[in-house]
Amino acid sequence: MTVLFGIFLLTLVVITALGIVHTKNLFVAVMLLGIFSLLIAANFFLLDAADVALTEAAVGAGISTVLFLGALALTSERERAATPHRWLSLAVVVSATLVVLYATFDKPTFGDPNAPVHQHVGPWYLEKTPEYVDIPNVVTAVLGTFRGYDTLGEVFVVFTAGIGVLFLLSGGGPASPTERRARPAESAIGLRDDLIPRVVARLLVPFILLFGLYVQFHGEYGPGGGFQAGALIAAAFILYALVEGEGRTLEALPRKALMALTVAGALLYGGVGLAGIVLGSEFLDYSVLASNPVKGQQIGIILIELGVGMTVTGVLLSIFHAFAAREQT
Amino acid sequence: MYYAVAAATLVTMALALIRALRGPTVYDRVLSVNMFGTKTVLLLSVIAFLGGRPDFLDLALAYALINFIGVLAVLEFFKSRAARRLAERSRGESD
Amino acid sequence: MGMVQDIVSWILLTGGGFFVLVGGIGVLRMPNLYTRMHAASVTDTLGAVLVLGGIMVQAGLSLAAIKLAAILLFLLITSPTSSYALAHSALLAGIQPDAGRGADPEDHP
Repeated sequence: MTVLFGIFLLTLVVITALGIVHTKNLFVAVMLLGIFSLLIAANFFLLDAADVALTEAAVGAGISTVLFLGALALTSERERAATPHRWLSLAVVVSATLVVLYATFDKPTFGDPNAPVHQHVGPWYLEKTPEYVDIPNVVTAVLGTFRGYDTLGEVFVVFTAGIGVLFLLSGGGPASPTERRARPAESAIGLRDDLIPRVVARLLVPFILLFGLYVQFHGEYGPGGGFQAGALIAAAFILYALVEGEGRTLEALPRKALMALTVAGALLYGGVGLAGIVLGSEFLDYSVLASNPVKGQQIGIILIELGVGMTVTGVLLSIFHAFAAREQT
Repeated sequence: MYYAVAAATLVTMALALIRALRGPTVYDRVLSVNMFGTKTVLLLSVIAFLGGRPDFLDLALAYALINFIGVLAVLEFFKSRAARRLAERSRGESD
Repeated sequence: MGMVQDIVSWILLTGGGFFVLVGGIGVLRMPNLYTRMHAASVTDTLGAVLVLGGIMVQAGLSLAAIKLAAILLFLLITSPTSSYALAHSALLAGIQPDAGRGADPEDHP
């Protein structure tokens, strides 16, 4: 029955993708991309991959939509005319699709218990997690301990992406004083005139922040972790910026504090790794952080998830502020 | 019983998608995205219960939050675009 | 007790499913933006209350019920707010509540 639901959702995904490609209005494409992200998140959820579904929903359907809209505000809304090499592109895409489809004939059937991934890799992680790390959520254990290098790389990729976007968007510099005077005051971001969304949003922001902290620290017991929590906390600040205006949000959490948060997160992760070396073992070996190696692993995972959450929050909010500041010109 | 509710929610999601693809104005599309989001929250809650995994309800809550923030962001985008067009028009007329 | 719980939750779930479906059909068939908005937002909130209430009755008194109550409360507060903000935006953009008569086509696609 779940397979039927999955097939139905995937059909909707294909229809949405066709709609996105077909439309010429980029704004409609952004809306449809939001729906696409939701469908993919629901599909991940049906496949029991809760952490991935949470990250996809938080980042893909929420933050991505906001950033796309920021980009649309800076450019135009209509797609440019089609390039003359369309048939060549179509031929390349079709042949690549056929190759990929042919490659899937060799894969084991869905859910086959004799597939290699269920024989070697999966059971090893499931056995070793209670022995080495002893936390209920195996995904967090794999992400934090067994594949810690990958996650370190991911944090630095997010950090680099944030710095790259900030370089690109602050090329114009802050608006000159004459421009700032000429700009009418109402063009600043803010739903200030709308009382009801403002009241409701102000009511909700503390609870969203609390939920973000819950997701951050609950990552060892259920779906959650640093990436999702970072996206949720950034979303809370974005909500505040939408109703109260960007100025007040910058007063609440200034740009320098955001930069410091981003850098501190990445340094925390790297620092925990180096602490492994300093305390006599290898890089990113958390078992030396406490007298009991299992406790050390748990402490290590909490610290690195905190680092990941800090970096993701800082980067997403910095990008949002960079877009919003450009929109004023 | 849960299957029936999940099936109803899926059908409604498909109908909302059709409205998103067809809707003549952008507000139709925003409406259908909002509705799609709420239905996804319901679908996630029902399936979390069906599968006997109540700790997956965190996803539904996070999704409800994100949906709300997304819709407000889109509406804010429209407002600032309309205000900018108004400012451009008034500046154009005063030249 | 188990039987009563089951029957109550089945009634709530069936009602919720019915309203969810009605909302979907309404959004597709109504002639104008505002009528569609009415169909979507009213049935959204009501359907969510019934479905989540039905699941809550089934869950008994546990952590899952508290999480469901949180989701329910959140949807109750934010779903009408989003509909209000959407209707307000549409009205300010100039779309008239008459059936079939749109606003200035150069203002929005």
